[in-house]
Amino acid sequence: MVPQEKIDDMVDAMPAFSNSVMRVLDLTADINCSPRDIVAVIDHDPVMTMKILKLVNSAYFGLRQEVVSIKQGVVMLGINTVKNLAITIAAVGMLPRNSIEGFDSQEFLLHSLGTATLSRILSHRIGIPAKESTDYFVAGLLHDFGKVVMVQSMPEEMEQALNKAANEDIDLCVAEQEIFGSTHADFGAMLASKWQLPAALINSIGEHHELRTEDQDCPMRDCVVAANILTKKIAFGNSGNPQVTDLPAQVASRFGCNADDLLAQIENIDEQLEKTRSFASV
Amino acid sequence: MQLTFRGVRGSIASPGPSTVRYGGNTTCIEIRGDEGEIVILDAGTGIFPLAQDLLKELPVRCHIFISHTHWDHIQGLPFFTPLFIPGNKVTIYGAGDPVSQRGIQDVLNRQMEYAYFPIREAELNAEIDYVDLPDQHRVEIGSVSVENILMNHPAMDYGYKVSCNGKSVFFTGDHEWPTNIFEPEDEDYDEFAQEIEARRLQIVDFIRGVDALVIDTSYTRAEYPSKVGWGHGTFDTSIAVAREAGVKHCFFTHHEPTRSDDALEQAFHQALEQNAAGQVAHEPEFHLATEGKPIDIPASEGLPGALAFLDI
Ligand SMILES: [Zn+2]
Ligand SMILES: [Zn+2]
Repeated sequence: MVPQEKIDDMVDAMPAFSNSVMRVLDLTADINCSPRDIVAVIDHDPVMTMKILKLVNSAYFGLRQEVVSIKQGVVMLGINTVKNLAITIAAVGMLPRNSIEGFDSQEFLLHSLGTATLSRILSHRIGIPAKESTDYFVAGLLHDFGKVVMVQSMPEEMEQALNKAANEDIDLCVAEQEIFGSTHADFGAMLASKWQLPAALINSIGEHHELRTEDQDCPMRDCVVAANILTKKIAFGNSGNPQVTDLPAQVASRFGCNADDLLAQIENIDEQLEKTRSFASV
Repeated sequence: MQLTFRGVRGSIASPGPSTVRYGGNTTCIEIRGDEGEIVILDAGTGIFPLAQDLLKELPVRCHIFISHTHWDHIQGLPFFTPLFIPGNKVTIYGAGDPVSQRGIQDVLNRQMEYAYFPIREAELNAEIDYVDLPDQHRVEIGSVSVENILMNHPAMDYGYKVSCNGKSVFFTGDHEWPTNIFEPEDEDYDEFAQEIEARRLQIVDFIRGVDALVIDTSYTRAEYPSKVGWGHGTFDTSIAVAREAGVKHCFFTHHEPTRSDDALEQAFHQALEQNAAGQVAHEPEFHLATEGKPIDIPASEGLPGALAFLDI
């Protein structure tokens, strides 16, 4: 894939989603802008979130605690520093809507937001304390981060993979495996562990398509796996992967049902998802 | 261990007849270890009078810890004369700038760019080292140890605990106790409240039991509502934390540059009254930080400038 040394520069140079870039610039033009509005924009953008978590968890800060969410970042660094980090990221530019064929960044963002929202809802269902539910949202938001980095850094190969998956009606991971020798899940997890993000987050990203036998008990991963499948089932956004599967056995047993039943059991799912849609619309 | 305030003013130096009693220089604290170690906290304009004194004890070996790189905490650094003299050795510690991702050396080098100062950093004759501190790190300097902890200010801002033979001083740098960015009706309000309380306790635990707490106390109760988020403390928060952390002496500093000595004393006494100071058990002694007079740590009770209300 990409040489290790180049990855950091590449990610630093990566633009965020257009809607959040415009909102950050717009909000911060007013010195009295509300901190909570800024935080809401950042924590609905996978690129901004990942870049800030990467920096905050880096050796540069050497913080004692792991920072998993933007809100925790604000608690540690203060809103002003987080705001200025967001302005710096916004200054990089905006992700084009269709940089390559078969990948629409708006649709991808909706898929990420849908997975994030459902991952948080599912965490309540299995009794995760409300205090940790933000971490589940973050894991859902970032589960496909590897994909957006690959689209930006290896556009030709990624276009091949997306076309292959669409034309042959196979899982995108299978196509990626053939072309790159690994998948966007592996790539995302590799980045997350390189940046010393928390272990549960790395597992959730790395295993969102394929559970590994080791580390059997990872509720965060199981919520992300289920949320990803449900988001595809209801076609909220588009991840670029045509294949929709049922829940893996281990995940089904955690929730005690299959994907369709799980979907039917979530109350006002449309209403909850619509709330996040505004963060993806230009 | 001995502590001398060299600058106690916040934001901008404010000399003049109305500030002579407490002093008009910006932040600088000199601490001497039991074996003569020299630790300097911040390099506001107060470091200049300190530099004059240090010229009497050449060669100088000193350690400067920068809380954060806002002007009022670094402005005196290019005028710290020991930096120009061969044979001196100065180590400068601090946090870099997370937004530009430059280290403390880079941030300070830019302060000495030709447009701002006639002598470049590379032309300084003393031996100068720079150390970027990660959060909660300990530096040993002879009989003295210095530990830092991330505080809350619109910049990377470290508070420093300086200890020597069982005695200790904690300096907050500039600091505002974190406030909730959400409204009580927001979904995230409670979670955020728990996070900031956990962080507050972490800092209080770090301070717990020090002999002297030197704390950013910029605002009065009446002033604070229009200054929320500016990154500074109030008399109310400082008094509450000094009590909670069980410190022996508490020095209020970062005095508002517009406050005259009389107004400062008035604000101080009003705050003590509003907080019923002296009427709780194990009350710390509260003081207004004052430029110039060396204070032995542990300070004896009834230190000059201490509680007027103890006699009431
Ligand atoms: Zn200051
Ligand atoms: Zn400051």
